[in-house]
Amino acid sequence: MTTGTRYWIAILAAVAGTGFWITGAWAQEALPMPVTPRVDSGDTAWVLASSALVLAMIMPGLALFYGGLVRSKNALGTIMQSVVILCLVSLIWVLFGYSLVFGPDRGGVIGGLAWAGLSGVGGEPHPRYGPTIPHVAFLVFQLMFAAFTPALITGAFAERMRFSALVLFAVLWSIFIYCPLAHWVWGGGWLRRLGALDFAGGAVVHISSGAAALACALALGRRRGYGTEYMAPHNLPLTLLGTGFLWFGWFGFNGGSALGANAVAGGAIVATHTAAATSALTWMFVEWLHRGKPTVLGVISGAVGGMAAITPGAGFVGPLWAIPIGFAAGSLSYVAIVWKGRIGYDDTLDVVGIHGIGGTVGILAVGLCASRLINPAGGDGLFFGNAGQLGIQAVTACAAAVFSFVGTSVILKLVNGLIGLRITSEEEAVGLDLSQHNERAYS
Amino acid sequence: MKLIESIIKPFKLDEVKDALLEIGIQGMTVTEVKGFGRQKGHKETYRGTEYTIEFVPKVKIEVAVADNQVQRVIETITRTARTGSIGDGKIFVRDLGEAVRIRTGETGESAL
Repeated sequence: MTTGTRYWIAILAAVAGTGFWITGAWAQEALPMPVTPRVDSGDTAWVLASSALVLAMIMPGLALFYGGLVRSKNALGTIMQSVVILCLVSLIWVLFGYSLVFGPDRGGVIGGLAWAGLSGVGGEPHPRYGPTIPHVAFLVFQLMFAAFTPALITGAFAERMRFSALVLFAVLWSIFIYCPLAHWVWGGGWLRRLGALDFAGGAVVHISSGAAALACALALGRRRGYGTEYMAPHNLPLTLLGTGFLWFGWFGFNGGSALGANAVAGGAIVATHTAAATSALTWMFVEWLHRGKPTVLGVISGAVGGMAAITPGAGFVGPLWAIPIGFAAGSLSYVAIVWKGRIGYDDTLDVVGIHGIGGTVGILAVGLCASRLINPAGGDGLFFGNAGQLGIQAVTACAAAVFSFVGTSVILKLVNGLIGLRITSEEEAVGLDLSQHNERAYS
Repeated sequence: MKLIESIIKPFKLDEVKDALLEIGIQGMTVTEVKGFGRQKGHKETYRGTEYTIEFVPKVKIEVAVADNQVQRVIETITRTARTGSIGDGKIFVRDLGEAVRIRTGETGESAL
């Protein structure tokens, strides 16, 4: 059997497997439905604009953020991964992914296929998923999150993943990891029923991609020449440009998660911006003290970590809580990355250190400083008299991390067996651009 | 005749060249080179990963001079290439067996 045939069999098996899984008989429970749905033009405009903002986080945001961090021979190959994942997940999402996450619940584990192919998802608002916006606007907003998350993971295996393996991995990861996990937290699954609070994806997006990144770094092993060859970023101004798009788009990521043009959206944006600034400065000062010089890469890494950390709480905590949250994210991410260097695993672009740590800090912080005064739809944390929330948040963080790590490891084994995860050492020496795509970024 | 090779900091090249022209040196050869001495290069840090860049960019100037000019040339280069900080470079002097001006066929010091 050729590699190509095995490849397509794997994709078909994945799709068929999902079908079996979700058509199983699970009891269905209804969550309480709030206010009567009615479309509001302002809310709709904001959510649609936010969808475009989050799109810019993937392309060009993440593509350039990662593209600038690799060596010049891998620039296009790295950019390609984010762009192609965006396209793949978009198709999965409109065909059946959205339904798996937000469709009618099956036993708290997964959504059914009732909404596959946009069936029943149109102009009428859904009472739970944005009662003042068309259901289809919610779908496209959530599509961007589904695409952003696997694209984040690509930083872990940068400069050494075979492109065909990447395509298969992204399809499987999106279906078998992202969809169930997002359902658990956002689609009325068991974590939501437990009371988990994750405003814009601290667990669903950042912890899940961070844990998956760790699995990838361990499964693929280090790059050739890691620790001996010069592997510095080839274009930090490009990385800065990408960070600019991430920062800009994050206003939609967190602000749009209010699902309306309202006070919660405003507070979420202030919190997001404040966390980014605090975390950037924290990283800068910590690095300055530790290494003697402040760096541009440090400042922008800190900003991204801070935004990852405020993501789960942006609409649940008062905006000034973003300062301690940003401080914790910036300092802990820095420590994690220094620690990575000592242990020697090659999470090439620090997805674990920035998104895994940021997301975990943020999810736990919600358990401390969330307040119903900020958002009645949220909850109270330990500081507001509800110690139990911290435990729920800890369970959420662990569940997301363990599920993503174990599931990703299984997927990687499968993909490795079918087509091989890594490019050959000769291809690695030549670089992704020429070996995988027959083109070069700079000629 | 001597061949004087000086490894200097690149930004000092113009100053050294002008000073050598002033004391009557008529020609020189310049090469961009990389190397290290006791300084052992410099360090770069990216998100906590440290790279030691051992080979630092330098400029090598080669000047062929008559024996009686040697001390003056060395003094001039030492004075102008010097910053006082680490990495200022080195001067090597070696004997030069012969020199030929290709256009005229002149040899020895008159070819310089």
